[in-house]
Amino acid sequence: MSVPIPAVKLSEQDEKKASKGPASKMSRIDRRAAAGKKALTSPWATVTAIVIAVLWTTPTLGLLITSFRPEQDIRSSGWWTTITRPWFNFDNYESALFGSSTQLSTFFVNSIVITLPAVVIPITLALLASYAFAWIEFRGKNILFIAVFALQVVPIQVTLIPLLSQYVDWGLNGTFWAVWLSHSIFALPLAIFLLHNFMKEIPRSLIEAARMDGAGHVKIFFQVLMPLLVPAIASFGIFQFLWVWNDLLVSLTFAGGGRDVAPLTVRVAEMAGSRGGDWHILSAGAFISMIVPMIVFLALQRYFVRGLLAGSVKG
Amino acid sequence: MRIATRRSSAVLAGGAALALALTACAPSSNDTDDDGDMTTAAAEVPEIDCSVYDEFGDLDGTTVSVYTSIVEPEQEDQELSYDPFEECTGVTVQYEGSREFEAQLLVRLQAGNAPDIAYVPQPGLLSTIVNDTGAAVPAPDATAANVDEYFSESWKGYGTVDGTFYAAPLGANIKSYVWYSPSAFEEAGYEVPTTWDEMIELSDQIVADGKIPWCAGIASGDATGWPATDWVEDVVLRVAGPDAYDQWTTHEIPFNDPQIVESLDEVANILKNEDYVNAGFGGVDSIAATEWDGAGAPILDGNCSMHRAANFYQNQWPEGTEVAEDGDVYAFYLPSMTEGEKPILGGGEFVVAFDDRPEVQAFQTYLSSADWANVKAAVTTRGGWVSANTGLDSELLATDFDRLSADLLADPEAEFRFDGSDLMPGSVGAGTFWSEMVAFFASDKSSQEVADAIEASWPTS
Amino acid sequence: MDWLLHADTTTEKLLVMVVAILLFVAVMSIILFAVDRPKSPPRWIVTVGFLGPALLLILFGLVYPGLRTIYSSFFDRNGQNFVGFDNYAKAFGQDQFQQVLTNTALWVILVPLVSTFLGLLYAVLVDRTRFEKLAKVLIFLPMAISMVGAGIIWKFVYEFRPAQQNIPQVGLLNQILVWLGLDPQQFLLNQPLNTFFLIAVMIWIQTGFAMTILSAAIKAIPDDIVEAARLDGLSGVGMFRSITVPSIRPALVVVVTTIAMGTLKVFDIVRTMTGGNYGTSVVANEFYTQSFRQNEQGFGAALAVVLFVFVIPIVMYNVRQLRITEEIR
Repeated sequence: MSVPIPAVKLSEQDEKKASKGPASKMSRIDRRAAAGKKALTSPWATVTAIVIAVLWTTPTLGLLITSFRPEQDIRSSGWWTTITRPWFNFDNYESALFGSSTQLSTFFVNSIVITLPAVVIPITLALLASYAFAWIEFRGKNILFIAVFALQVVPIQVTLIPLLSQYVDWGLNGTFWAVWLSHSIFALPLAIFLLHNFMKEIPRSLIEAARMDGAGHVKIFFQVLMPLLVPAIASFGIFQFLWVWNDLLVSLTFAGGGRDVAPLTVRVAEMAGSRGGDWHILSAGAFISMIVPMIVFLALQRYFVRGLLAGSVKG
Repeated sequence: MRIATRRSSAVLAGGAALALALTACAPSSNDTDDDGDMTTAAAEVPEIDCSVYDEFGDLDGTTVSVYTSIVEPEQEDQELSYDPFEECTGVTVQYEGSREFEAQLLVRLQAGNAPDIAYVPQPGLLSTIVNDTGAAVPAPDATAANVDEYFSESWKGYGTVDGTFYAAPLGANIKSYVWYSPSAFEEAGYEVPTTWDEMIELSDQIVADGKIPWCAGIASGDATGWPATDWVEDVVLRVAGPDAYDQWTTHEIPFNDPQIVESLDEVANILKNEDYVNAGFGGVDSIAATEWDGAGAPILDGNCSMHRAANFYQNQWPEGTEVAEDGDVYAFYLPSMTEGEKPILGGGEFVVAFDDRPEVQAFQTYLSSADWANVKAAVTTRGGWVSANTGLDSELLATDFDRLSADLLADPEAEFRFDGSDLMPGSVGAGTFWSEMVAFFASDKSSQEVADAIEASWPTS
Repeated sequence: MDWLLHADTTTEKLLVMVVAILLFVAVMSIILFAVDRPKSPPRWIVTVGFLGPALLLILFGLVYPGLRTIYSSFFDRNGQNFVGFDNYAKAFGQDQFQQVLTNTALWVILVPLVSTFLGLLYAVLVDRTRFEKLAKVLIFLPMAISMVGAGIIWKFVYEFRPAQQNIPQVGLLNQILVWLGLDPQQFLLNQPLNTFFLIAVMIWIQTGFAMTILSAAIKAIPDDIVEAARLDGLSGVGMFRSITVPSIRPALVVVVTTIAMGTLKVFDIVRTMTGGNYGTSVVANEFYTQSFRQNEQGFGAALAVVLFVFVIPIVMYNVRQLRITEEIR
């Protein structure tokens, strides 16, 4: 059976060629690109892709239009009526941006400060752990691995009280440290599970060859594996970023105490008002908080669009 | 940090003070026209008597943390109302509001991370906190003295657990209101009903005029059902009377007592009458799925005539709606069934402390004083706030509607009762009572079946 | 050093962040350096160096709380009196619990399968086309929206207004029904279909996840294989079935497993859209309600343990897959 191989970066040029290269000088990639296009020239394939894309985008588009409409219009007519009778205003965005005694930028900074370490730390730890699971032989390896991945199911809610008591003892409650630590812990089982999958698909021959050259585990990890894992790290990084960025529960519990550590989601949640009646403002807030994740996705996308490792197949 | 934000709001307050002093003092107000307008949300903060807090010693430089369910925009007025106290004593009040307050408070208490003070919106939660966590601290004497002076016996009772007084009342709300459109009523020649029978007659007349009189909605995310429990409680107060109501909420009489079933039937006479409901939303079952915060909206476009909802529904009307006796919408008192009785259903928050440091006790005492109530009234320029504090000068309130509510709360004829579902055990008051009311409308479960099912779920211990 | 714990200004916060990352990097470097120091280190030292930090955190933050949950599921609401299996008996004795279990099973089966299928289909269809980047962003979009946002979006889609004169539909789905000349429906109220409408929301969110991971896997399929298959005359559906799917099989297993795990835990959608009413509740929602709304700790813990039980089939499936790949290697 063949096993897929992630990925070495191609140069910028190769990628351009992949989409635009002249047919006369077909490299392997070009031919593959052409084949891909051929597959889509089937009208059914095109139609299916467009239908899915439209289905997936329409609800969000509806909310986007809604976020520009006044509250009474929202309640009394559908958002699609604005096509015939355009009526937009920025009131919801104004309330979302300036409706708090604390500046929105404070929350933005907090979100960023929370998110970056909460992405970097678990990914690093998980990379090391999944390397051990994939390429170091030790007793009880499989059972340990299964135990770790099964722990994904522990609901975060059951961990809140034990963790918070511990942080209170350590004097860490209400600080960024508690939030980073908690996010890292919660991310580990899934991160190890996903990265292990990528890790073990790297051809054994590559590792063996490095070992022949006398490289130890640390050297193999950094020099052989890391470059090959860039797409995997990028894709998991995006999701971890999203989960932390959109998290409300963890920061409410461990960062609780005031505006110094509260992330954007805490502010967005309170836009709904004390009794939850102001969700028209919340619709604007949802889009404001979406901006950063979208930028991150677009920025990281190029790392997993490329990624072809020539040749090495093993059975 | 906190101090910086407080300063900026104080500057805001200064700038707008002159204009707002006029609004705050003028008896004829133009109501909620400026509802939601952030720049005017500040007012002149009245002076208070600082000497009261001398007995707590030198508090300068200390901090009191407050955890509540009140978030923006109301949070701003709350914080503003602490300014006089902070100036008197040098205490910094660190405020945190969260919509996840109820779950989070219990987590924090159990993990040993209690705030100094929390505003608990349900007496039932207060007794859970006292009995289950043991973290609450009884109120100091000075606070108790304030409550004795300014609040009625029943309000003090709701802040008392097993004979110990813990929590002074803070804000209050009134649920016995029916919202309507004064202009639509005038146009159609309808009179505001003053008895239950008149209200039913009016409903029939509206039906005869080819319209649907009532609109209702009880959907509210994970708390779906609560608006219906308010309906039932209001009717129990009117059918069975306040004494039976007390027995009902404390389970001295069972939930399926004939008087309660009769009350449910009375609710059904209106809300499960296909001729009466559900204006603008569909049939009886649509009540279960309609969001409570938009349920009154058809009044504005003329599809609906009456919507029973609390005074805080005032803030749910879209921006620009005029809430006034001669405006777009206003509310009348849900009439009683017996001459001479005037029961009021309502709710409120209670200030419970988890520490007995002097600055915490001083702040508790401030919050229970008439001074605080008046300061809060003056700074709440967009309206929508009242208190059961009898020292409150209702002239300071922002709107006529708030004054109506304050007058009702202060009316010696009126009998105030706290929202029953907040007094019942959580598994009923925030559990089966909600879900059975959903079934009452969604799957047409009968009054008797609903009452039996809730009774069966009442915790045995 | 107070600012390390209580950073006030933006600069201080960013500084703390940098300090935290550097501190972490330093600690990890020391560990790895120490592990690699001897010429040929004993294997257990290397294993501990690589695995130790992650396992320590997992023990502290997940295993201990998990065991505590199992323990307290045998106690009453305050965790004071031992009640044996009463909480479990209570859970399974409830009238609607059968339905809650059925619903949970529906969620765990449908969400992973449908979103993986759609994600895979879409990833294959847009692979190497000119609009690939844009097309992927569109499907990814729902992932970037918080659960609260998703709840609002879909409430709008399902919103119901009666079929009466002068009352326009506000929900898109009902408007489409009306345009087609049909009667509007109470999508969230009518059992048993309402559960499927809630499941659709989760599928909408998770397809982006499946698409992203699977797309990366598809791009990693070695060209030789594709070439060889093409020479054999394969294309379109044939290529998809005999080359693409087998090649990304491990990735498929990972995606299905991950989504299934996430689906088991999700309660936000149910909680914000129906509150678990109208026969739509799932185990996670019941767990949340009991533990945090009713403060029934023992009972809530028992429901969490039921959740753990649901995961056993998923674990078994992964054990089998793990064996298969081990054999291949």
